Amino acid sequence: MHSEPQTSAAGMPAAAAGPELPSQPLSLAGRTRRGERVILGLLWLCAAVSIFTTVGIVLVLFVDASDFFRDVSIWKFFTDTAWRPFGGVEQGRFGVLPLVNGTLLVTAIAMMVAVPLGLGSAIYLSEYAAPRARRVLKPVLELLAGVPTVVLGYFALTFMTPVLRAIFGTSTVQIFNAASAGIVMGIMIVPTIASLSEDALSAVPQGLRESAYGLGGTKRQVAIRVVTPAALSGIVAAVILGMGRAIGETMIVAIAAGNLPKLTANPFDQIQTMTAYIVQAVGGEAARGSLTYESIFAVGALLFLMTFALNVLAQRFVRRYREVY
Amino acid sequence: MDSAQSQAVRQRPVLDVPVDSRALAHHTAAEHSKLASDLVFDVRDVTVRYGVHPAIRNVSLQIYRHEITALIGPSGCGKSTFIRCFNRMNDLIPSATVEGTITYHGQDLYAKGVDPVEVRRRIGMVFQKPNPFPKSVRENILFGPKVNGMEVDADEVVERSLRRAALWDEVRNKLNDSAYSLSGGQQQRLCIARAIAIDPDVILMDEPASALDPISTGRIEDLMRELQERYTIVIVTHNMQQAARVSDRTAFFTTEVEDEASDFRSGKLVEYDFTEKIFKNPSDRRTEDYVTGRFG
Repeated sequence: MHSEPQTSAAGMPAAAAGPELPSQPLSLAGRTRRGERVILGLLWLCAAVSIFTTVGIVLVLFVDASDFFRDVSIWKFFTDTAWRPFGGVEQGRFGVLPLVNGTLLVTAIAMMVAVPLGLGSAIYLSEYAAPRARRVLKPVLELLAGVPTVVLGYFALTFMTPVLRAIFGTSTVQIFNAASAGIVMGIMIVPTIASLSEDALSAVPQGLRESAYGLGGTKRQVAIRVVTPAALSGIVAAVILGMGRAIGETMIVAIAAGNLPKLTANPFDQIQTMTAYIVQAVGGEAARGSLTYESIFAVGALLFLMTFALNVLAQRFVRRYREVY
Repeated sequence: MDSAQSQAVRQRPVLDVPVDSRALAHHTAAEHSKLASDLVFDVRDVTVRYGVHPAIRNVSLQIYRHEITALIGPSGCGKSTFIRCFNRMNDLIPSATVEGTITYHGQDLYAKGVDPVEVRRRIGMVFQKPNPFPKSVRENILFGPKVNGMEVDADEVVERSLRRAALWDEVRNKLNDSAYSLSGGQQQRLCIARAIAIDPDVILMDEPASALDPISTGRIEDLMRELQERYTIVIVTHNMQQAARVSDRTAFFTTEVEDEASDFRSGKLVEYDFTEKIFKNPSDRRTEDYVTGRFG
């Protein structure tokens, strides 16, 4: 470097002589580092692309949804109890409640499966498993997150549904039903909840465990009364993220839960979720420009708002979690 | 040791006057005969290993009722490892093994069938870093009684434990506040109060004041002298003045090169005696070098 002529930022030739006896006065002015700028620009572009894409999607969603709301009032959208976009006697009723009901029903079933299983695995992995068992089990568990959801959908339809029908009777359990999709979706979410909760549990300082043991706590008491409460906000964040996945999940419900929008709390009924409706409408049943076509943007926007709210909630919990100990 | 005399001994400045060794020998013999029945821990030839390497080896010493025993020595000499043997805290480290015997009131602590949970209920511990639970002051105190299924008057236990830990007046109006709202020194006294709440027989303290400022340290030391009336205390400390100020007996540990090739070191007990003797007239050269500051 020293042999090459250099130019300082101020435009003065830099000393080429070496360290002793600088012929020029000492300059501490910054130099232009061209490489830095290029890298900075590229990195900025990477960040910008994802941000602009997100903004663009949201914009399209809400602009097209507003077309829909010119024909159907927001009031009607949220209060009408029937969703009949594809003809029939009640054609033209666009009450989103049955779809929201379907989504929430399947999500609730999924969470009933995923929270106990996920939390149980997390407590086992963090507090009970020998280090070697943990090194093997955690990656295996996370592998479950890699199973394509379309495969899980077929698993729900061809395995879980027959099992449920065998247990509860074919007259009770319809071929397409919320329970089957919900249970399999719960299994899908277990790795998310288990892995994130395990991180939260492992992050609890060893000192807290030791002091609890030092007071005569048993392993179970230490895990349940000290470690789990200390990690609670991290666990809640994991559950909320899992719930976000359940709400947005499409393939499993499209395959196994059915296509019948319905206000029901019966898990064995055929239902339709918001995501499954969008798949059905986009899949060719709605003509472009029709009200039915526009309705998918309204449903999509609502779906976006729901998962967005959950993500905000999760982030709040994570922030709180940082402050706990 | 009557209390007036021990008080005088404690207040004498450390390391100033040569001690009459004959008087000391006489003193030691008298103490010994009196305390033989008050043996709390009898440690025989204990070696603790992490994996294959011993962290501390062949330690034998006795700990007596209502005394404060200090474990001192340079970093890495295994004193923290050693103190964790008394309440089987080393059980929590999968690779740790304890050889030799430690009896507690005549019972082998490491015998088959001994439940470490029962051991820890009688032998409480206070750690280096104040580590209250992220709960209220009150819940911190009541944790021990709750997990041990003790039927207690909650308010009474909270007040008594906090009074004994000299913390009551400072927190009486903050019992439902988070323990984390207290200062570091208060948190450490809360940890002591929490240990007292299950009415242990022994309290182990692993450098309880090392994370605290001098004023908080002074309060913890005063507190230890008060607690000595009810409990037997074993304390690990880096601070020689602290050992000299508060303890009745002192064990000096050092590190020894175990294996020349790998420079692997393990801890060893060099000398164990009355604190006064350790600081004024140690028998071992290494002890003298350490307590006079020439080493460590």
